[in-house]
Amino acid sequence: MNPDLIVIGAGPAGISAATEARAHGLSVLVLDENPAPGGRIWQALETRGAKDQDDTDGLLALHKFRASGADARWRSSVWAIEPDGTVFWSEDSVARSARAARVVVCTGTTERPMPIPGWTLPGVMTVGAAQIALKTAGLLPTGATWIAGQGPLLLLYTVQALRAGGRIAGVLDVSDGTAPLRALQHVPMALRAFDDITKGLAWRREITRAGVPWLSAMTLRAEGEGTLQRIAFRAGGRPRVENADLLLLHDGVIPSVQITRALGCAHEWDAGQHCWKPALDAWGTTSLPNIVVAGDGAGIGGARVAVLSGRIAALGVAHALGRIDGALRDTAAAPLRAARARALAVRPLLDTLYAPRPRRLDDATIVCRCEEITAAQIRDAATLGCLGLNQLKSFTRCGMGPCQGRMCGSTAAEVLAAARGVPVAAIEPYRTRFPTKPVTVGELAAMAAE
Amino acid sequence: MFTRPDAVTLTIYLDGAPLTARAGDSVAAALLSHGIHTTRQTPVSGAPRGPYCMMGACFDCLAVVDGQPGVQTCLATVRDGMRIERQQGARSLSDTQ
Repeated sequence: MNPDLIVIGAGPAGISAATEARAHGLSVLVLDENPAPGGRIWQALETRGAKDQDDTDGLLALHKFRASGADARWRSSVWAIEPDGTVFWSEDSVARSARAARVVVCTGTTERPMPIPGWTLPGVMTVGAAQIALKTAGLLPTGATWIAGQGPLLLLYTVQALRAGGRIAGVLDVSDGTAPLRALQHVPMALRAFDDITKGLAWRREITRAGVPWLSAMTLRAEGEGTLQRIAFRAGGRPRVENADLLLLHDGVIPSVQITRALGCAHEWDAGQHCWKPALDAWGTTSLPNIVVAGDGAGIGGARVAVLSGRIAALGVAHALGRIDGALRDTAAAPLRAARARALAVRPLLDTLYAPRPRRLDDATIVCRCEEITAAQIRDAATLGCLGLNQLKSFTRCGMGPCQGRMCGSTAAEVLAAARGVPVAAIEPYRTRFPTKPVTVGELAAMAAE
Repeated sequence: MFTRPDAVTLTIYLDGAPLTARAGDSVAAALLSHGIHTTRQTPVSGAPRGPYCMMGACFDCLAVVDGQPGVQTCLATVRDGMRIERQQGARSLSDTQ
């Protein structure tokens, strides 16, 4: 059965889009790689239970989604989409496909890579990874755990881990000391989202009260033989070496544009968030009329914004498919747009406070984890005349491993831009191709249409 | 390192050695709960690697799971008796293909 709408990803944006679309009578198929809905922020929330108001709101959204009548497929990995709305995915080792009138892509974010010497050692992970381990499996960091980087998620995870009984040796803050001054101009606007600011400040105080050292640090390295054993960095003007068996890195999140890139949707550079994002109209529609994007995959706004964007996108789809008229669509969307504008008010402040530091990678630092391509190899390619990331593939194999450039794209562009003396936005990004997830010949041979 | 205070109920095997796991765990999380961070050696240099992103994006946590090579252990859910082998270098074509 071909549905009216296929939603890719069951995070806040996806489940809100699905629930709203069902309310207008659309048939909806939801595909997600995880065993349950929630995405990152509400991951495993149905089993964890609510701990605060945000969780309670999330749980309510999950209950509404479960009751919506949307056909949800878990452990389902989408590997291709065609511009006409045909979606291909693997589920229980069988490849499947279905065609919908519209596809809403709600694939959220990936963490911006934070390459340091030694970041490929086992024992070095992202803060987001540790948060997933905490939420889904109750894993707590023990004593020799260091957290390094910057951004709201770093603060949030540290607080969550401490509250759950975890122990953290210290936090290494790599944020720019002058950023708060530059961020001041955004404070008046951000006051519209006052509770977000007070929450962030309270987290920071809670970490200090817990006795976790908070150090402004530079030139971080991960070291060890076969696994992480220690970290080296500069703090307070002197070099330090500390024992470490777990190092968690975080430098903000960027939209996951793998699917929209592979589809050939138009993208634009977001100078405030230092990332690419799909170009969208007021209803989230991409340059391809059947493909819609909602949530953080359209630009980083957080969970509340994602919920609202998902609902707005679903209203747009319901209207496009003739289920509601233009007046009803616009009336229903107006309060959602107003709420979204309020929730977005804090972003310019956060984007300035936690702007990624310019990468000054050592020559030997690995940029592409899959093909083990170093910064020096990218600089050498630039010297030989390499202009963009697709040429860089031919020069070096950078971005050609199994992750398909997810872990190196932003860094490789920055290193190449610096070597060429041009802005990052002038570097042609990877031309991503389907399948965006590996699919076996066996799965393809067993392909079944819905 | 990670630790976990809760009870565990399942048994999985890593390179033949039994390990406890909790129903619903991803394979990667179950391994991390025992302080195991290495799931493979890279095809390029043979360097050890393990779970990095835990969300299916980085492909660093690959292992051979019940004979199937190249499995993203962060996305695979444990099953009682599951057999996991660290993946050495490039994946081989499994017999089931």
